[in-house]
Amino acid sequence: MKARSLQFVPPADFHARAGAALADPKLRASFRGAMDFLQARRGTQFPDALELERLRDLGEAVRQHALANLPQLLVQLEEKLQAAGAQVHWAETAEEANAIIAGIAAARGARKVIKGKSMASEEIELNHYLAARGVDCVESDMGEYIVQMAGEKPSHIVMPAIHKTREDIGALFEQHIPGTPYSDDVDTLIQTGRRALRKAFAEADIGLSGVNFAAADTGTLWLVENEGNGRLSTTVPDVHIAIMGMEKVVARLAHIVPLASLLTRSATGQAITTYFNLISGPRRPGELDGPRELHLVLLDNGRSQAYADEQLRSTLQCIRCGACMNHCPVYGRIGGHAYGTTYPGPIGKIISPHLLGLEATADLATASSLCGACGEVCPVRIPIPALLVRLRTEANRDPREQVAHPLKGQGAKFSRGEKLVWRFWSGAFAHPAAYRTFRLAATRLRALTPGEQLGWTRHRTPLRPAARSLADLLRERGQPE
Amino acid sequence: MMHARERMLGRLRAAAPAPSDDAALDRRIGAHYSAAPPQSAALVDAFERALVASRADVWRATAADWPAQLAQRIAAHGARRLLLDPAGAEGAALLAALPPTVAPLPFRAPLEQWTDELFDTVDAGFTVARSGIAATGTLVLAPDPGTPRTVSLVPPLHIALVYADTLHATLFDAVQAERWGDGMPSNLVLVSGPSKTSDIQQTLAYGAHGPRWMWVVIVTERGTP
Repeated sequence: MKARSLQFVPPADFHARAGAALADPKLRASFRGAMDFLQARRGTQFPDALELERLRDLGEAVRQHALANLPQLLVQLEEKLQAAGAQVHWAETAEEANAIIAGIAAARGARKVIKGKSMASEEIELNHYLAARGVDCVESDMGEYIVQMAGEKPSHIVMPAIHKTREDIGALFEQHIPGTPYSDDVDTLIQTGRRALRKAFAEADIGLSGVNFAAADTGTLWLVENEGNGRLSTTVPDVHIAIMGMEKVVARLAHIVPLASLLTRSATGQAITTYFNLISGPRRPGELDGPRELHLVLLDNGRSQAYADEQLRSTLQCIRCGACMNHCPVYGRIGGHAYGTTYPGPIGKIISPHLLGLEATADLATASSLCGACGEVCPVRIPIPALLVRLRTEANRDPREQVAHPLKGQGAKFSRGEKLVWRFWSGAFAHPAAYRTFRLAATRLRALTPGEQLGWTRHRTPLRPAARSLADLLRERGQPE
Repeated sequence: MMHARERMLGRLRAAAPAPSDDAALDRRIGAHYSAAPPQSAALVDAFERALVASRADVWRATAADWPAQLAQRIAAHGARRLLLDPAGAEGAALLAALPPTVAPLPFRAPLEQWTDELFDTVDAGFTVARSGIAATGTLVLAPDPGTPRTVSLVPPLHIALVYADTLHATLFDAVQAERWGDGMPSNLVLVSGPSKTSDIQQTLAYGAHGPRWMWVVIVTERGTP
């Protein structure tokens, strides 16, 4: 299959895309069905509420412990992997990560890359970058394979093709895989995908994967999957490149045990996935398979901005289970593509500003009713609603204001007029005389209230002051103000 | 990219809170998973139940009986070429019991010398698990030169033999008892059933990229050597 250029959608057009998604009944039915399914599945895994809360405490403690020691742990992971014969690369930006991977491919004359699932590689848009340099990437996770074939991006971090029906996929396979008749039988479709991809595994020069967890004490990369494509990608080609957000390392292998349990149970409602693939180095002398070369790319790409701020650092506790999006009333209605970011849903709203800046992502934090469902299901207790409020504050902060840890794009939504209105509002409420004057004016002049009130009246009736204020009514009943 | 490394670490070090100590967290995790170890029979029951729920075929056998039973099942399944390690005691026992319709095949050369043959002509792979995990129905496989990683991955049928006396109650118990933290092989795989996916409309399908069928033989008594 020829690699296609991905249409990167700027997150700044969020409102327009959300509107379009809401008006698409087929898309809405796909997401509603998927959300109901995933919520129910997760529910079956946590019959004991007390055990769940204890495990969440433990997950939070493991991730906070890891973040508290992050620089040392990264150095330790590097030393362990190097001692095992692997190479470790550090990438500050998406561009650097892409250049490192393209460099490895170029040095070996590699033309074909088979990919296990990796959201970090989606984040840096690796496929696009390599395609422009004559290196063909084939996604091998069934969901990713479907999404790549359609020239789209994943709409969910765990189930990338969640927005597609089996009829959509049947039509896609008929069109793109030579000699494939139309079928909408799921078993037939999966076997078609398996056959098409087997050849790609055998022919690939490089296998590329993500990493779910890394242990510093043993230098182990821990990969979680059900299909076996991750194992094939990291076993069959002669070179394995793993790419990992730098926050994913923990101190000890044993610390991953509660995290892995939280991940599979929260994500897809499984006690465990079919494969936990623990990689601690390249092929050793005498071994007959496995890659001869192992590379790990550690990616910053804005994560250190979140790390610098004590409150925002908790964003990096995330283990990418997707439970927050599965339970989000906004995500469930607009789907993943509307966000325009690699990571959609609540986690996308809080991580994307660090990766992309607030200019492009300021609208995301406001697309929330702050109902709190995301924070309640988060297996590592990230206080997502509080972080949304914080990001709103940063987006509205005066861009010239000096703060200890300024965010990229601080003040993207800042408006002098709005700031003035709020200053007037707080002044009026803080001074009784001013408040009385304001109240008198508001009740007497209510007929002058405009019918069009910016964004408010798009979906709501106009706000209009009552004819008589609460204070007036109280006074009539003989109660003091 | 040495400068990238120094800049990334510099930013993290400048912002890092007070480092915390492993020991307290280790105790907490240990306490979470501490429970009275179940009786051996209960472990085997739980292990079997969980594996069956993951759509594996599981049966129990004695050390004396399993080779002939397994050989017969393999033949009945229609498998013609079976990967096994003839140098291992279990591989040799199975080899001796195979009927002429099933050709035993050692992993004879580095993968890249016979990738197409392995991918296209081998029907089954036989492995001996290092241990098992009862709570989740999981096999712990440590690939080695006799039984490399692809044996449990590429053929459509994966057969694993596990000794009942190697079962741990939980993954945490396995990590502690086998001292994984002291050093890991280049690859260690935890397998809990056949390959599967629900990437198409949340509908479960088996044999996505790895084995479509998984058989597990639990050897309940090792017998006298």
